[in-house]
Amino acid sequence: MNRITSLFRQKKEQVLSVFFTAGFPALQDTVPVLTALQEAGADLVEIGMPYSDPMADGPVIQASNTRALGNGMSVELLFEQLKDIRTHIHIPILLMGYYNPVLQYGVEQFVTQAAAAGIDGIIIPDLPLQEYEQQYQQLFQAHKLSNVFLVTPQTPEDRLLHIDRLSTGFIYIVSSSSTTGNQQQQQGHDSYFSRIRQTPLQNPALIGFNIKDQESFRYACQYAAGAIIGSAFIRVLEQADDLRPAIHAFIQQLRGAAEPLPSVPHRQTATL
Amino acid sequence: MSKYNITEDGYYGRYGGAYVPEMLYPNVEELRQQYVSIIESPSFRAEFEKLLTDYVGRPTPLYLASRLSEKYNATIYLKREDLNHTGAHKVNNTLGQILLAKRLGKTRIIAETGAGQHGVATATMCALMNLPCVVYMGETDIARQRPNVERMKLLGAEVRPALSGSRTLKDATNEAIRDWINHPSDTYYIIGSVVGPHPYPDMVARFQSVISREIRQQLLKETGHENPDYLVACVGGGSNAAGTFYHYLQEEQVKLVAVEAGGLGVHTGKTAATTTVGTPGIIHGSKTLLMQTRDGQIIEPHSISAGLDYPGIGPLHAWLFESGRGKFYSATDEEAYQAGIQLSRLEGIIPALESAHALAALAFLPLIPSDTVVVTLSGRGDKDLQTYIDRGGY
Ligand SMILES: Cc1ncc(COP(=O)(O)O)c(C=O)c1O
Repeated sequence: MNRITSLFRQKKEQVLSVFFTAGFPALQDTVPVLTALQEAGADLVEIGMPYSDPMADGPVIQASNTRALGNGMSVELLFEQLKDIRTHIHIPILLMGYYNPVLQYGVEQFVTQAAAAGIDGIIIPDLPLQEYEQQYQQLFQAHKLSNVFLVTPQTPEDRLLHIDRLSTGFIYIVSSSSTTGNQQQQQGHDSYFSRIRQTPLQNPALIGFNIKDQESFRYACQYAAGAIIGSAFIRVLEQADDLRPAIHAFIQQLRGAAEPLPSVPHRQTATL
Repeated sequence: MSKYNITEDGYYGRYGGAYVPEMLYPNVEELRQQYVSIIESPSFRAEFEKLLTDYVGRPTPLYLASRLSEKYNATIYLKREDLNHTGAHKVNNTLGQILLAKRLGKTRIIAETGAGQHGVATATMCALMNLPCVVYMGETDIARQRPNVERMKLLGAEVRPALSGSRTLKDATNEAIRDWINHPSDTYYIIGSVVGPHPYPDMVARFQSVISREIRQQLLKETGHENPDYLVACVGGGSNAAGTFYHYLQEEQVKLVAVEAGGLGVHTGKTAATTTVGTPGIIHGSKTLLMQTRDGQIIEPHSISAGLDYPGIGPLHAWLFESGRGKFYSATDEEAYQAGIQLSRLEGIIPALESAHALAALAFLPLIPSDTVVVTLSGRGDKDLQTYIDRGGY
């Protein structure tokens, strides 16, 4: 079974997903960062494939992209770095990036190599639903790769259901209308989160964008199976002298003491 | 509908589409659903046409440039978009889009700009319509197009520098897109060329199509024929060229000449000649030709002219290139600069450096004395005075 699917079968709350940019801060840091995240207790990871023009990203992720590209990062090199990953990494891994580099690599080759490397899912925010459905859905299914789409506060109900039908693994709830790493407050999105929660979806959901600390993580976890940390983690990598202890400290502080939250009753997660 | 018109789902041949993240989808979709019915409505048409006449100063002249004609031994007309209010063709589009934005109930306007002409035209329309205006401009362009920066400020717009990449038009566009993502409900993004996700390329082309509508009428009156042998325009994103070609796309005997910025030379790595060095890919929400590495990273372009300093072209132009309907040339920085000086001396018209690229291509065309050529003079050279001065030699 796809590792993402089995993760969400076993764990229905407080799922922590961490995003980081491949080849950052140094070119060879991809695997060490991934390894440290697994040790520290991340439930899944999203590895960002750097792009010269990341239009949905704020300054922190932009800068990490620029630096990674400057280091010489590429899709080809990423597959090289990840080729033996499944000898010691057991948590689910998604690759996330803009469409153009994937298109230039060749979507079929990309999907084939990702699956061969033990990647579990792909997130391409600027890949249109229709193009995925018409050209790539079968390819993804044949390789048992999840494809995760984003939804936002502006996504209408019928489109949300369409996205849910096309997604496998989970759906990515963008917390507010913003680029990544925006300082907007999570609080105040209750009605949007509740609306999604009350929609009968086949996939579990993770909330991402602007989750930065224990408070925002816990807040998001009241409304979804878990949450995704991106910019705040990139900032940790940027500032760390020694990556491994810094990553452990960050994840520990994020999880906090496991005191139970006053949780909103959960909807039934349909089995897949 | 012919093969050069946009399809129902937003493509010219295999180019176009709307490759936007979900955060932008509702805005782009709202536009897609409404743009045709709004801009074809009688009340919109009436307001647009009236302001084009009374405020922009249209129709712009079609001027028989006799000394230039003598020089190239053909009949050469200049379509004087430089005489529009604000000094370039850009205003045709900003007027159309701001009227559309108002009808969509938007209360805040953003734009990107390269040369500053689109920024100035947007700031002007925002002043006229009493809407707040933020213009993103690359830091490099802020320095080389200073007069336009000051004009925007004088008009009440806020100019925000784009500090990423080569700090030019591409980067300003990224920043404008990010702003739009962060302000999804109140803000309208006025794109300055025939680029971006569908429906922008078609919408901007429609607003600029007034250029070829007038050329047809004026040429008929002047010469007794609607069709010239050549239409020549420069291409940054390609809006003045799209407007120049629009009503002639189906007239296969009219040769459509698009001129890109060669920079220091198309094979020097310092160029913006997209059709020469570019390959199909996605830039700013559209599938088109762009300058990119094998890995799909966008390459920083170079041109003496800020308005052509862009690593892509609109999807219509990618299709005109691929289908062979358009003939694409490029002029280097130096060729454009010399053509600018030449027009100043021959006709008493100092052209924008963008437009000077179109003029430079006259030397490349196999003209014969019976040929009638229309060159679109997309803008005036006031904004480029510092570049002309710095280069010296006139
Ligand atoms: C005078 C002038 N001409 C041409 C251009 C290039 O734009 P486009 O290719 O969309 O006409 C610009 C852009 O700033 C401009 O200011």
